[in-house]
Amino acid sequence: MPGKLKAKIVAGRHLPVMDRASDLTDAFVEVKFGNTTFKTDVCPKSLNPQWNSEWFKFEVDDEDLQDEPLQITVLDHDTYSANDAIGKVYIDIDPLLCTEAASIISGWFPIYDTIHGIRGEINVLVKVELFNDLNRFRQSSCGVKFFCTTSIPYSYRAVMVHGFVEELVVNEDPEYQWIDRIRTPRASNEARQRLISLMSGELQRKIGLKVLEMGGNAVVGYLQCFDLEGESGLVVRAIGTACTLEKFSSGSASITCPHPSTAPPSNACNSPKDGKELVFGEELPLSSGPPTPFRALPSSSSSPPPFSPSKPCSRQSSSSDTDLSLTPKTEEPLSVRRRPGIFLCPSSPILSADTLSLPGSGPAGCGHGSAHRATTPALPFSTQSDSALLRKSVSFTEDLLLAASGMGSGGSAGKEAGPLKTLLRQQTQTTLEQREFPFFTLTSFPPGFLVHVGGVVSARSVKLLDRIHNPDEPETRDAWWEEIRQEIKSHAKALGCHAVVGYSENTSICEEVCILSASGTAAILNPRYMREGCLDVGSIDHRFDDPSPPNCGFCHIPYDELNMPFPAQLAYCYQCRRQKVPDVLFTTIDLPAEAAVTGKGCLIQARLCRLKKKAQGEVNATAISNLLPFMEYELHTQLMNKLKLRSMNALFGLHIQISVGENMLLGLASATGVYLTALPAPGGIQIAGKTPGDLNNEQHVAAIQKRINDAIAKNKELYQINPPELTDEGVGSPIPEPRQRSRIFRSHSESSDELSELDLSHGKKDAFVLEIDDTDAVEDIHSLLTDAPPPAGFHSCSTETMPGIYNWTSGIQMFTSVRVLRLNNTNLTNQGLNKIFTDLCENLLKSFYFKLRSTVPCCLCHLNFTVAVPEEELVQVSVTAVAMTFDKDQNQEKPPEKATTKGGSETEDQLQFPLELSADSSSTSPQPSKISGVAENTIVSTRAVSVDYGSFADRCSTWLELLRLKAHTIRRGSVKTSRRTQSLAHSVSSLEHCSPLPEGRSRSLCSSRSFGVGSVTMVKMTPLSFLPGTRIIKYLGIINMFFIRETTSLREEGGVSGFLHSFIAEVFAMVRAHVAALGGNAVVSYSMKDCVLMENPNKNQAQCLINVSGDAVICVRETDQEQTTNTGQTCGTIDGAT
Amino acid sequence: MAVELDVFVGNTTIMDEEVYQLWLDGYTVNDAVRARMEGGVLDEFDATADVLLSDTMDQYRTFQMCERLLHSPAKLANQLLFQIPPHRQTMLIERYYAFDDVFVREVLGKKLSKGTKKDLDDISAKTGVTLKSCRRQFDNFKRIFKVVEELKGPLVENIRQHFLLSDKLARDYAAIVFFANNRFETGKKKLQYITFQDFAFCAGQLINNWTVGAVGEGLWLLPLANMDVDLDKEFLQELKELKVLITDKDLLDQHKSLVCTALRGKTKAFNEMEANFKNLSRGLVNIATKLTNTKDVRDFFIDLVEKFIEPCRSDRWTAADVKLYLTHYTNSAHILDTFKHQVVWDRYMGVIKSCIFKMYHD
Repeated sequence: MPGKLKAKIVAGRHLPVMDRASDLTDAFVEVKFGNTTFKTDVCPKSLNPQWNSEWFKFEVDDEDLQDEPLQITVLDHDTYSANDAIGKVYIDIDPLLCTEAASIISGWFPIYDTIHGIRGEINVLVKVELFNDLNRFRQSSCGVKFFCTTSIPYSYRAVMVHGFVEELVVNEDPEYQWIDRIRTPRASNEARQRLISLMSGELQRKIGLKVLEMGGNAVVGYLQCFDLEGESGLVVRAIGTACTLEKFSSGSASITCPHPSTAPPSNACNSPKDGKELVFGEELPLSSGPPTPFRALPSSSSSPPPFSPSKPCSRQSSSSDTDLSLTPKTEEPLSVRRRPGIFLCPSSPILSADTLSLPGSGPAGCGHGSAHRATTPALPFSTQSDSALLRKSVSFTEDLLLAASGMGSGGSAGKEAGPLKTLLRQQTQTTLEQREFPFFTLTSFPPGFLVHVGGVVSARSVKLLDRIHNPDEPETRDAWWEEIRQEIKSHAKALGCHAVVGYSENTSICEEVCILSASGTAAILNPRYMREGCLDVGSIDHRFDDPSPPNCGFCHIPYDELNMPFPAQLAYCYQCRRQKVPDVLFTTIDLPAEAAVTGKGCLIQARLCRLKKKAQGEVNATAISNLLPFMEYELHTQLMNKLKLRSMNALFGLHIQISVGENMLLGLASATGVYLTALPAPGGIQIAGKTPGDLNNEQHVAAIQKRINDAIAKNKELYQINPPELTDEGVGSPIPEPRQRSRIFRSHSESSDELSELDLSHGKKDAFVLEIDDTDAVEDIHSLLTDAPPPAGFHSCSTETMPGIYNWTSGIQMFTSVRVLRLNNTNLTNQGLNKIFTDLCENLLKSFYFKLRSTVPCCLCHLNFTVAVPEEELVQVSVTAVAMTFDKDQNQEKPPEKATTKGGSETEDQLQFPLELSADSSSTSPQPSKISGVAENTIVSTRAVSVDYGSFADRCSTWLELLRLKAHTIRRGSVKTSRRTQSLAHSVSSLEHCSPLPEGRSRSLCSSRSFGVGSVTMVKMTPLSFLPGTRIIKYLGIINMFFIRETTSLREEGGVSGFLHSFIAEVFAMVRAHVAALGGNAVVSYSMKDCVLMENPNKNQAQCLINVSGDAVICVRETDQEQTTNTGQTCGTIDGAT
Repeated sequence: MAVELDVFVGNTTIMDEEVYQLWLDGYTVNDAVRARMEGGVLDEFDATADVLLSDTMDQYRTFQMCERLLHSPAKLANQLLFQIPPHRQTMLIERYYAFDDVFVREVLGKKLSKGTKKDLDDISAKTGVTLKSCRRQFDNFKRIFKVVEELKGPLVENIRQHFLLSDKLARDYAAIVFFANNRFETGKKKLQYITFQDFAFCAGQLINNWTVGAVGEGLWLLPLANMDVDLDKEFLQELKELKVLITDKDLLDQHKSLVCTALRGKTKAFNEMEANFKNLSRGLVNIATKLTNTKDVRDFFIDLVEKFIEPCRSDRWTAADVKLYLTHYTNSAHILDTFKHQVVWDRYMGVIKSCIFKMYHD
């Protein structure tokens, strides 16, 4: 199964002067693959040598082709002494192994030296001939496509989504081998770069094999990470989602892929179903009949058959959780619908879990559907905080589950994976559940894929690193991750979900302590994507069988409302009025395209520092794991407060990072906050003094309260959140209908009035009380208020795109920024640290806004913050994001083909609903009260349950709520609504959006961004999966590069800043060069995974490691249809000619 | 709390023109921050001094890294390190090679050597241009000088192609190179009133008319380097022949009467012109005949001022008078039947005329 690799060295340019005497260089090139090396002739005395070599041919196994990089070394010939190396180029030839990706690598590559950086460029041609007739799918997995993009790539459709693939390989770190003492830094760095290149090649090949085993042909959402474990080794691990992808023919692609600039981003997922889904949406009201609450409603496809309330949910019945009944179920709306859930009821305190009743197996073993167990109702974190638990003498485990309350923790169940699996097997299972880990690294999905979203699930575990003895059997690391994944899986189950989407894993290492983290979003998926062949066969049938969930479907709770896994307040969905939704929704995924959002979103960050004592080994690990729950809890509280302060009710793209340093822990959570129309309006924040009698204090409290309220009001205006009038009040204390109406109208006519109205409503139905009882709380509140909103013309978000902005123009500017702060003050308090850390993040954001001020109006998308504690007193924050311009002049509503028409028809249909309802309420006055009465009961019972389950809230990690943790008042549920208000509110907001803005600004930007044609191909880079204003016509392969740079003349290079600045610029340059050589003009889903900086200013030295990845693509401007075909032809001719 | 490291790198290199100018002008980071604050950038955009400092540092670093490339601008277009849109590249180059007229006036005609470079701090103090900026400008002169010194072909075109400069800037550099090469004296007190632009114009005239390259296409094939940089030796030799205009008494008188006839009644300064004719004519012709001497080439401009401009000025000739006089002075020589060197005369006087016009002001 060999292949033939051919390489040709054409020329060099801008070479450095290697011979001081002549100011010239006698350069030649070594081309190495595996153990074979070829050399070119020496091109004497030239800084721009022309070698024009023959084709060097390597005959190799395709396994090697996948693992090995092509290594090109440029040297200066020296007659008398050893030849001096100028630099190297590593070329990953993987893209050439895929028929659909690039066919030739040809272009100028920067010659890179780990000590001197880029030293000139070299022009290289590389081709591969694979012998296709042989059985090449033995050890190799050529042909499997890899995508970093966390959605179905453009111009592809997912025939089937197979699921989670993972692999890890370990090795000794060359930096820590004995030989490193005697070799030069350059040799050591190169050994490391080469090893990592080999390891990631091997990893990719192994993952590819797994994908082929599963019957897939691609990995989407491929996420590869390095763990530099120091002495104990080097781990390269990757996760991804195996899929079977099918390419659109170019004709159909152009029709069925609306681009993000004209359509909301995830709409542009290019699913061929797109059109059909739309049809669904429109058909739905017809098939479901008049949507009154008393009529039979089709539940979403995955909704389980109704259970009678009295029937206890056995474990077996829980399997029907995922049973798919495609026929609509009829239900009495007032009867309580039950969904069996698996709940964790640790019969004994979790801490004892070491030997037998493992939490992991717990859920499977003892699912108490509706059992009301009065376990310790104490605050969960207090019970958990001491749950450190030692496994082996070396490996210390503490798993942290982000509980509803944000602070659960418990022993982990890694070793017990076996029993768990057997238990699982006993269940009647759907396709999904047959998988060991029903995880998906995707963050956005084809329409209809995501049925319900439960909430964020996450798990952390603290481990002590030990030397990896046998690199071929990386069992410990595997086991660790296995453990965490089991944990995640069980959390998802606890949320009534059978899958985890938006799944990611990461680590933080400090000395010998390692925190492993995994997080994702529990969800129920539409299984048709998981079933073999069903998409092709049944696509038409499905249209009728499978009622597409309404665009609010994903908000509906997947768990049983009577047996909620954690205390939450449920309300009927504000859009469909049929199903329950939680009051707050946290997720790690991107906002689904179909989701209706009120106003705009914004970046919400929670930042936290915690000091810890310096310690070694297990003591250290214990200390860290003791701190973790508190950190989780506080981060969550911060997020919640900030969310409420912005009057929003959902977080998307949530990413929580906890980094460990020698004497502190850093926590950073970033997400995009939005107001989901389907979810209830968030209550305000109420400040309560601890000592009510004190007059001074009360004034103080009142002052703070006023500030908070002002901030909320201001934010509402800023983010254009004009939610439909809240009708919650109607239930508990019925407000006469007429009054309500008049209020609605008034609020439209006088906006100032509206604000005060809304403010009042905060006061009334506040669910969230902040108690000022000590200085900490005051600090919290202050920090709450210090977050400055982005300046005018700017938006920011951590997700792919900004909810509420749809008209992107083509201007983009990707950037990476790194800031390191040295804490000089040794006796810092937690508060002091928090302040410093918060300021650091805020100042970074301010810097971005300032630097990019000429690009307004623009949005900083995919703001990805990474924190690290590289040394004892250093805090490092790295950010990669993209600034995207948008056109303010256009109508900012979603494009007509999607939302406006659909929304219109919806509104019409829904209008009947409030009319009927209001007729009801006015004519038969007792009825509303009856409804509300029952509703209240329901809620009350829910609450009762939730209190019971409060104790295990820590076990089921969801982010859905934390209301109960500090203080709260009861929120009244409601079954009544007024659709009309909502539609009115819609129209009002759309009018506001239309407000014209000065034209000049956006135009000036456009002109400044119009790139001419230079001699170097402009390569755009973006962390997003798309480029606004363009269409991706071809994916050329994955870019996965690892670089080391070292200097022994730090001062001369401009200090650490100068050093890192040029290194990052060099990394960008090398990525661009590789993309251009593949024939591409852009990198999408770009990310900088690692940026590890070590410095020693006293020795004038520094070293930095950077790992970047992304997808190389060819994209064309959306308007140039002809060019598209031309490019296609050109590619074709290149293929043919070469 | 010290910011240990702070970098911001864009895929497309972000460069603020205002900061670039401050950098070129040799401001330190702190001065630049102050200047920007005074410029009101903070008022336009709500930001703190920290933000400004961080931004300025980033930009300065970027410029420093770019500087190497700017030394050979052609590299900027095909380097891979910075992704800069072409129109920005043009801006960067043009600004980098821009210079201060006050500064260039100081070094014009001086040898671009280390010795001169050592005097830059004096020049900096005198002109108010920061030393850093002086160095950059001086190095630019030197760099361009070195490159074009070894090139064949038209000077302006060479500069434009190798340094990707605009036509105007390329012409100015041609002048600077030409002056430096011929070491024209420009620093004397009497010449202080002449601006760089005046000299640049004169240089253009000299390059276009008195150099080897100026003569015609045929000579391009000659293996002579510096066709545009060195004066045409042959021509300078021929200039000696003009001496007859002042040595031959008849010819001088004849020339004078012809000029006076033409000028009579046309200007108020006629009497002074008549009285000074022989002096002025002697001055101009002597300049011509001495140009074979390198030393006298250097004094070309000072001679023009001393021998012609100053006498005229003391007689209060207007610019129009000078123009009138020189026109007739040149043309009348053609009528002299014994004067055989019409071509050389025209080539000489054409340049002299336009140089004097340019230089004749306060």
